[in-house]
Amino acid sequence: MNGPATRLIQSGTRRSPLRWRLDEGGWAALPAALRQEPELEFLGLWGEAERVHAAFRHAGGGPPLLATADATGGRYAALSPARPAASRFERMVADLWGLRAEGAVDSRPWLDHGVWPLHAPLGKSPSPPVGELPQPAFLPAEGEGVHQIPVGPVHAGVIEPGHFRFHVQGETIVRLETRLGYAHKGVLGLMRGKSPRLAARLAARLSGDSTVAHAWAFAAAAEAATGVTPPPRATLLRGVMAELERIANHLNDIGFLCNDAAFAWPHARCGLLRERVLRAADAAFGHRLMMDRVVPGGVSIDIAPSGPEAILAALAAVVAGLPALRRAIEGHASLQDRLAGTGTLRPGLAAGFAAGGYVGRASGRDFDARRDMPYAPYDRLGFTVPLRQAGDVEARLQIRLDELAESLAMVAALLARLEAGETLLPIPARAGEGVGVVEGFRGEVLCWMALDEAGLIRAIFPRDPSWLHWPLLEAAVEGDIVADFPLCNKSFNASYSGVDL
Amino acid sequence: MPWPRPLLADLARTVFRRPLTDPPPESTPEIVAALVERLDAMARGRLGRSLAIRHVDAGSCNGCELEVNALSGVAYDLERFGLRFVASPRHADVLLVTGPAARNMNEALLRTHAAMPDPKWVVAVGDCAVDGGVFQGSPAVEEGGVGQVVPVDLLIPGCPPSPTLLLEGLLALLEAEVSAPPPVLPPRPVEPSLEDWAQPQPRDPAQDPAWKQDPT
Repeated sequence: MNGPATRLIQSGTRRSPLRWRLDEGGWAALPAALRQEPELEFLGLWGEAERVHAAFRHAGGGPPLLATADATGGRYAALSPARPAASRFERMVADLWGLRAEGAVDSRPWLDHGVWPLHAPLGKSPSPPVGELPQPAFLPAEGEGVHQIPVGPVHAGVIEPGHFRFHVQGETIVRLETRLGYAHKGVLGLMRGKSPRLAARLAARLSGDSTVAHAWAFAAAAEAATGVTPPPRATLLRGVMAELERIANHLNDIGFLCNDAAFAWPHARCGLLRERVLRAADAAFGHRLMMDRVVPGGVSIDIAPSGPEAILAALAAVVAGLPALRRAIEGHASLQDRLAGTGTLRPGLAAGFAAGGYVGRASGRDFDARRDMPYAPYDRLGFTVPLRQAGDVEARLQIRLDELAESLAMVAALLARLEAGETLLPIPARAGEGVGVVEGFRGEVLCWMALDEAGLIRAIFPRDPSWLHWPLLEAAVEGDIVADFPLCNKSFNASYSGVDL
Repeated sequence: MPWPRPLLADLARTVFRRPLTDPPPESTPEIVAALVERLDAMARGRLGRSLAIRHVDAGSCNGCELEVNALSGVAYDLERFGLRFVASPRHADVLLVTGPAARNMNEALLRTHAAMPDPKWVVAVGDCAVDGGVFQGSPAVEEGGVGQVVPVDLLIPGCPPSPTLLLEGLLALLEAEVSAPPPVLPPRPVEPSLEDWAQPQPRDPAQDPAWKQDPT
């Protein structure tokens, strides 16, 4: 059952229930072993002072599998030749920790644009930048009439900052390359040396639209590290908040997708329904986006007595509005013409990059952390995970519509199970290490955390699902026209802040 | 083609039901007074009772963007007040900045501000734009928030501020413009006559790059 890469990782020294440490030779053999075991999915790569950690998972199931290696002399063997998704992570590790991936497919800077006071701020010896401000270099495209269109980091709409470099031939996109890092705030550095309770405020602000998912994955990692099991009422409330977040974001995306195809009615409709959901969240939990509500040990605030009623009323409005929304979206040929067949992501690529969320599920990757890496309260909740094969904008929109219906039912079921009880437990100050995986609206959020003897964060990495989605967006728009890019981009809706860290 | 029944029914409902839009929030007199002091009468006259807003995300977590976007929706309907978001800083009167002033966004923020015509307002939205918020102390953000990069006229705190609070702040900008007596416009300069335009302008080869011929 276990392939050569899994055996190689598990032949190392076991450092925690999910993590093995490989010696230099073992890590160097990892890329070759990974090539022989394509079903071992790559989830992420990050650094520590003089170490690198990589996370994997079997496509068949089970918990994540973590591998660690010492980066002797600031170098380690690159994984990107065997797992292309590792490339962006390797560039990030070089910028933040100053550790170089030997044999990497791409060694250009990623987060570091040359304006920080220190290069490799999280590394062993941060150094001030020297020389001229580096100019960004983009991958070339050649051919008759090929020209470039630079877009961003300031965009026409109210969205996050990022630069898109298009190479186009006529109207057709030959190559798209994204350049991110504009929203880099140094979150990992700020989290280091803080207690999990204190750092939870930063986790809640990694990506504002996924604040519940990120805070939950962070809390789950802290709880795993300290051996705390959150009380049942808290896990039920976390579930309610996570599903409300999913409903609000899916509504938002469906509306904006239609708007990007110049169809304003669904946008207005979805905006109003979303507003009702946010107001209900405010009434129930005291914050429209439910920020800082999920904390290590449970939840920081119990649901208001009138909360369930407010939530159910808002959700009833969404249930009532969904059929008309579906009819409008499916019944307008002019809208379908824009959505169907646009921005197609091949199932092979989605599987190879372990794409989570609606991006993966619209391209045949049948994975949902709530079902496949079950955690409370979803382990005792019946629901179906929608799946489609087409991989185009239309499929990603339909997955959202299907998930909306599932989440609406889930919230009602979770609220019905609420029983009186504790909502918050103390987090003991002790050393430990833990991983938390939570299905956010974009896909699974993975958070790894190591605590020192005083119970303070020694090292941490919260991996947003967008790390794996951004490179796939570049692949999906190839051959499409520039005018369809906003549609494609919105259908992925990858987070900028979540990956800029 | 006849209209389908459900669509007709929906249309009929829309015509007869009460508006979905919220009533406008009250503006705070103290804020309006403080804003009035910041703009001279000339600027108030030029801006008029309508503001074009350009948004720049200077490293926000995207929470503020969600609430700013909600302003354009049915519930808050920003445009009924004469406020609207524009796609270019060259069309904007207000620069609305979110985020803790991430250093990687400094140049883009400065350039956007520089591209806006005078007179202009800068509004810092959200706790991190105000003073760095939870990101205070990070070497990757400017110390002290957006005000360290561009001159800020109005701060709207909150994490994120609710759309109602945002609307209140933006309405204060409008009130600030109309609460003062209307300014007297200066006399217009005499426009050049058609004859003046027809005269060919003498070109100085030293100043005009088109005249700089390649000597080879």
